[in-house]
Amino acid sequence: MKKLVPILCILAAFGIAVSLYEIFFVTPIEVNIDSNGRLNMSSLFFNYKIMFFHVAHAFWLFCAVFVAGISSAFYIKTQNVKWDDIASAAVDVSVAFGAVVLLTGSIWARAAWGVWWHWEPRLTMSLLLWIVLVGYVLVRRFAGPSGDRIAAGMAIFGMIGVPFIYVLVGSDSHPNSGANGVVAKLPPEMRGAFWLSVASFLLWFLALMLTRLESTRAERELRELRERALDLGVL
Amino acid sequence: MLRHALRIAWKDLRVEARSKEIFVTMVFFGGLLCVIYSFGFGHDDASVRGGVPGMLWVTLAFTGTIALGRAFDRERENDTMRALLLAPVPRLSVFLGKAIAMTALILGVAIVVTPVLALFLGAPLLDYPLQLAAEILLGAVGIAVVGTVFAATLLKVRSRDVLLPVILYPLLIPLFVAGTNSTAALVQLHPNLEIATYWIQFLGIYDAAFLVLSLWVFESLVIE
Repeated sequence: MKKLVPILCILAAFGIAVSLYEIFFVTPIEVNIDSNGRLNMSSLFFNYKIMFFHVAHAFWLFCAVFVAGISSAFYIKTQNVKWDDIASAAVDVSVAFGAVVLLTGSIWARAAWGVWWHWEPRLTMSLLLWIVLVGYVLVRRFAGPSGDRIAAGMAIFGMIGVPFIYVLVGSDSHPNSGANGVVAKLPPEMRGAFWLSVASFLLWFLALMLTRLESTRAERELRELRERALDLGVL
Repeated sequence: MLRHALRIAWKDLRVEARSKEIFVTMVFFGGLLCVIYSFGFGHDDASVRGGVPGMLWVTLAFTGTIALGRAFDRERENDTMRALLLAPVPRLSVFLGKAIAMTALILGVAIVVTPVLALFLGAPLLDYPLQLAAEILLGAVGIAVVGTVFAATLLKVRSRDVLLPVILYPLLIPLFVAGTNSTAALVQLHPNLEIATYWIQFLGIYDAAFLVLSLWVFESLVIE
């Protein structure tokens, strides 16, 4: 698995570079012409291009929540630390991805609605999920020896909570000015760039997660060695 | 299983009835919160109608967390949690019993705090008592169920008082939002029972899902 990381990194770097090129030079600038042929001032012009990074990150943020939840469920049922390592690595990386989602979402909100934060359903959902993930990290860090079990429980409950959060924000009657359904009605000339960036960020996510997995394992081994040394009186 | 659960719940409630420690302090704390709200928010009709659902559910959240922490501290101080887990009853009965007792406690506080809130702010909280009772009951069940799982796992953790809300509130966000939405539908100028019913159903499904999940994970999470 260790050898996989550089390969993933190179592929991701290549993919991100190409998608950056596509984003800046190939995809058109969004101009909204209304029925009278006048320029619609709700056009996002250049600004919408942050979407390619924003949605790609959000995509893998949501997948990571399910990876963490399911492997945590395996962990508490089998007591095999392998699953716990996977869940922990997935959450660590998705906290970083979630931060990117929220930052880019905030920039989008400024461009599209003129405010830095807007309770748009998907942004809200990302925020709520991100709060659960940060809680997971805090519990792991501060709950001592049984922290991994408690955190696993939190990941499972958080995963089951996702559909509820979805219903919750979906049925809110917030004005969805433009951003909703962007992916579905993406013009064909943007699709290539969009899916390329989604794929590249998947590779980047996997590279980060595998690295994190290795370091979590190394930490665990070090801890166990230390305990053994203390037992034997070497330390 | 249910019989054992009821017996454990009865035991918890009887301990509480003798000392009255949690209930009295929780009610006092809830009352204090109501006073603070009265000073902190405006008294005109619009802001009361807008703010009162949030106040009610924040009070439930705060008092619930305190009660959970305290109730399990009591088991920890005398190391009776181990005895409880060693007892020849299914672990699930222990969980259910604790959750039932906790629901009863939170409900007891809500019964006192809701009229106080309505009185202090002149809020039309009690216009639809049945719907409001259903919301609070489902909310209390949700807080008690999820809270019991995590308060029990946090029993031996040093920083449990800080970590309990850190764990609980993110997981309970759907419950709080649904609760405030349904209460808001009842106290607004033109009450909308349809929306209130929708959110009550949402609360019911949420409770059912998390109850099943808690029953499933409790045994694996709480190991002595």
